[in-house]
Amino acid sequence: MNKDLIPVVTVKNIVKSFKIPLEGSSGLKQKLINQLRGRKGYRIFTPLNDISFTVNKGDFFGIVGKNGSGKSTILKTLAGIYFPQEGSVEVIGSLVPFIELGVGFNPELTGRENVYLNGALLGFSRKEIELMYNDIVSFAELSDFMDERLKNYSSGMQVRLAFSIAIKAQGDILLLDEVLAVGDAAFQQKCYDYFEDLKRKRKTVILVTHDMAAVKRFCNRAILIEEGKIKLAGSPEEVADAYIIDNFDGNTVEEPEDEDEEEESGEVTESKLISGLHLKMANDKTVIPGEPLKLELNYVIKKPIDIEVRIAILKDGVSFTHVNTGGRLLPSKEGKYILNVELDTTNYLEGRHDVFWGVYNKDTGKQLAFFNRAATFFIKRHDPTVYGWMYTKAQWSEPKIDKKV
Amino acid sequence: MKISNAFNKRNRVLLRELVVTDFKLRYQGSVLGYTWSLLKPLFLFAIMYVVFGQLIKLGSVEHYAVYLLFGIVLWTFFSEATGMGLSSIVGRGDLLRKISFPKYIIVLSTTISALINLALNLIIVVVLMIFNGVHLHASALLVPVYIAEIYVFALGIAFFLSAVNVKYRDTSHIWEIIMQAAFYATPIIYPLSIVIAKSRIAAKILLLNPVAQAIQGARYSLITKQTITIQTLYHHGWLIIVPIIIVIVVFIGGALYFRKNSKYFAELI
Repeated sequence: MNKDLIPVVTVKNIVKSFKIPLEGSSGLKQKLINQLRGRKGYRIFTPLNDISFTVNKGDFFGIVGKNGSGKSTILKTLAGIYFPQEGSVEVIGSLVPFIELGVGFNPELTGRENVYLNGALLGFSRKEIELMYNDIVSFAELSDFMDERLKNYSSGMQVRLAFSIAIKAQGDILLLDEVLAVGDAAFQQKCYDYFEDLKRKRKTVILVTHDMAAVKRFCNRAILIEEGKIKLAGSPEEVADAYIIDNFDGNTVEEPEDEDEEEESGEVTESKLISGLHLKMANDKTVIPGEPLKLELNYVIKKPIDIEVRIAILKDGVSFTHVNTGGRLLPSKEGKYILNVELDTTNYLEGRHDVFWGVYNKDTGKQLAFFNRAATFFIKRHDPTVYGWMYTKAQWSEPKIDKKV
Repeated sequence: MKISNAFNKRNRVLLRELVVTDFKLRYQGSVLGYTWSLLKPLFLFAIMYVVFGQLIKLGSVEHYAVYLLFGIVLWTFFSEATGMGLSSIVGRGDLLRKISFPKYIIVLSTTISALINLALNLIIVVVLMIFNGVHLHASALLVPVYIAEIYVFALGIAFFLSAVNVKYRDTSHIWEIIMQAAFYATPIIYPLSIVIAKSRIAAKILLLNPVAQAIQGARYSLITKQTITIQTLYHHGWLIIVPIIIVIVVFIGGALYFRKNSKYFAELI
């Protein structure tokens, strides 16, 4: 397989930066004012900083990264919409870009007219579109509606039509951006089937997505983009895992689009008896199964009380194991305490884990203080043979023929 | 944008799709549809005829109403081609940000739409010429040449302004004002003889404007030999080529400016 690698897309050290106008300076007046004051009126934003990669013929190439990491800029540069300041992009063969579905769709035109217009925009001749037309219509399941105006289509129908054009369009290289997230479940299944088909036919596809399942399923190579640089290039599994881990570091990296999701983390509730809840995790964010999870719990007892400390671990948002100090008698005098605990992670499975912990009244079980999502870690484990909540070691024998039958 | 593939098949297909779509959509939803393309110049003529043919008599040119209408039709073409061309790139910003294709096709398609409009308007001009008993001369064959001159001039301006408009949205307002002034600085609703009566030099200067020169030339060729053209005023002096030079310079300058800037349209819009 390595023998006949034919590069079809070669990206060499591209740098792309934009001037972002600071305050609506698209007017002549603002320009003059800025000039007079000696201000630039813009800041430089560099979404691509020295990116290089090669896509070979037949690759299903995944590009993943957070919002704002620069992956869409890469796609637009490949599509020839943006021109890089430095570096070069070389494409061999025809490249059909789908930065967005239904580009140029006009609600006043009929479905048929829109197919031809969209096709022309994508660079196909009338004849080529005529050849694809029936395929497009039947894939979209819209044969009865093609002579109706697009404005009378439901939004689902519009998406279906646009997507059908996208995937039936016969180019040498397909460029797809986030298009997996459209349509109802049945249509999505159809699209996945089509991707399988593309993959089987060894069609060259470049896919930009947030859907790591799709990356693992379809891609044979992938890159992870972070802050305009390639953070990782390799197998789709490695890249998808790295992406998931990165996204769990949500506390350190700001992700503007997911602000509301951040709110619930790190919430502490305290009472008159217990305060000063704090947790330190000695491990990295990524934990290898078997590595002990070292936690340091801090709390302050304000008034003497018998307490019990409980820890809950949530995997992928679901509570799956609890530990507590149980019958152990903990000091009940006032003061600041440090409590260390090591948790065995041997049986943990791959995924995101959150640590919640609290201090409870030993006698009544009443919650005195609680720390919501005090820490987050990610278990890295590659074993496609085990699923669920815990790791089970399995010893399979060699099947033997049952002679009794 | 290499010149060699500027008119390749793909671009021709796209150009045609854009022009056809534009034409289809123009009268979308109106009961009379394309008939409006003919009705509008017809009503314009009726108004011109009443106002300038009957109420205010500005000149004694023969077939004055048709003379007037022809001038207005040509001016409307120039004004549409530059005005629509100017906003075309910004107007198609959604396309430019998502798909890569030669940007000049957008400007070309809008100016061609203006050309189609002109063709429809000219049908009415011809019909009224027949009603008014205007005699056709062989010189009528020169009309397409004058139209081509206006078109190339308008295209050059549209290239330049559409690129400037991407950076400064003030452009459309400035251009609107310039066009209003230019309308009165061009002998369209008044005959040039009125200007000559006041100042011959002013009239000469007015005719250096390619649009004025082309309109007068076209009127001379098609409507009446009484039209004062650049040749009448300059007596075949070398200055008669000034409007042509202006057209060529504006077109080349506009196209070059557009080409230089078109790379960055997608990120600036």
